[in-house]
Amino acid sequence: MKRNLAAAFLFALLTSLSACVPKPDYTLYRSRLPRSILVLPPLNSSTTVEASYIFLSTASRPLAEAGYYVFPVAVVDAFMKENGLPTPDEMNGVSLKKIKEVFGADAVLYFTIEQWGQKYYVISSQTVVRANARLVDVETGQTLWTGKAQAVRDSGAGAPGGIIGALVAAAIHQIVFSMLDQTHELARFANSTMVFNKDNGLLLGPRHPEYSTDQRGR
Amino acid sequence: MRELRVAFAVAALFVLSACVKQPLYAWGRYEDLVYQMYMKPGEADPVTQTAKLNEDIQKANAEGKPVPPGLHAHLAYLYYQQGDLGAARQEFQIEKKLFPESAAFIDGVLQRMDRKAGEG
Repeated sequence: MKRNLAAAFLFALLTSLSACVPKPDYTLYRSRLPRSILVLPPLNSSTTVEASYIFLSTASRPLAEAGYYVFPVAVVDAFMKENGLPTPDEMNGVSLKKIKEVFGADAVLYFTIEQWGQKYYVISSQTVVRANARLVDVETGQTLWTGKAQAVRDSGAGAPGGIIGALVAAAIHQIVFSMLDQTHELARFANSTMVFNKDNGLLLGPRHPEYSTDQRGR
Repeated sequence: MRELRVAFAVAALFVLSACVKQPLYAWGRYEDLVYQMYMKPGEADPVTQTAKLNEDIQKANAEGKPVPPGLHAHLAYLYYQQGDLGAARQEFQIEKKLFPESAAFIDGVLQRMDRKAGEG
């Protein structure tokens, strides 16, 4: 019993220690805390062309739930397309001055997708979603916060029937659960865990009921 | 052994308490429709989206829950695509009223719509 108890304590200690990784400096972010965030369709460094818009479709909810006004992502995208900016690359090049003038946003959240989709190993595969995020103050151009949205899921490890069996299983798995639908789910998870990370996530925004009690960066 | 069980129960409660927090907004199908309109446009044409979002809004209203930022503006854009400028204007105004942070954008969009309507 004593040993079990000791193990439980050790577990609790480890959990609390894991919270002690170096924390980002929230001073500037706190002093320029935005009320509204414009999310642009992400730049895409992966080879999956659909990645930008899958990711974009999952970005609003955590930001709004954290207390920010989030501009309607699809309307913003359509608006930019109608105004001669057909791709995320061009949209990400719009000046902050123009963004202020057209949207009146306090901050822009820029994303770059680094990795997207399935990676195959000999007897297993992984589905990966990984993007870098940067929150920029529209007024001053300063970076208020940076983050990483990522999620990984192992699929079909150690399938019976050896390598051939595993490859067949992996192929079937991909057909049955369309890879892109999987990344959609992972993207949602990645965005949510990035925003709500207690150590390095976003500060709570003005529309959140606990906004005034968020102590980070004070 | 009992201490251990108590410790686990406390830990479990901690974890659970992080999950049962009520969301601020009634999201309905807003984000899923955004996904569909890009990935499976056949399943989310403007008419279908409009119907689903209106259902979601009614449901949220009936439950007394606020709808998320962007939803009314998205609906407005769907009406605009269908040529119903009156409904589009109305929905854009609701977005602006619920979320004054959107005012600069909405005012600009409404002006553009008026100009376009004037040309047509």
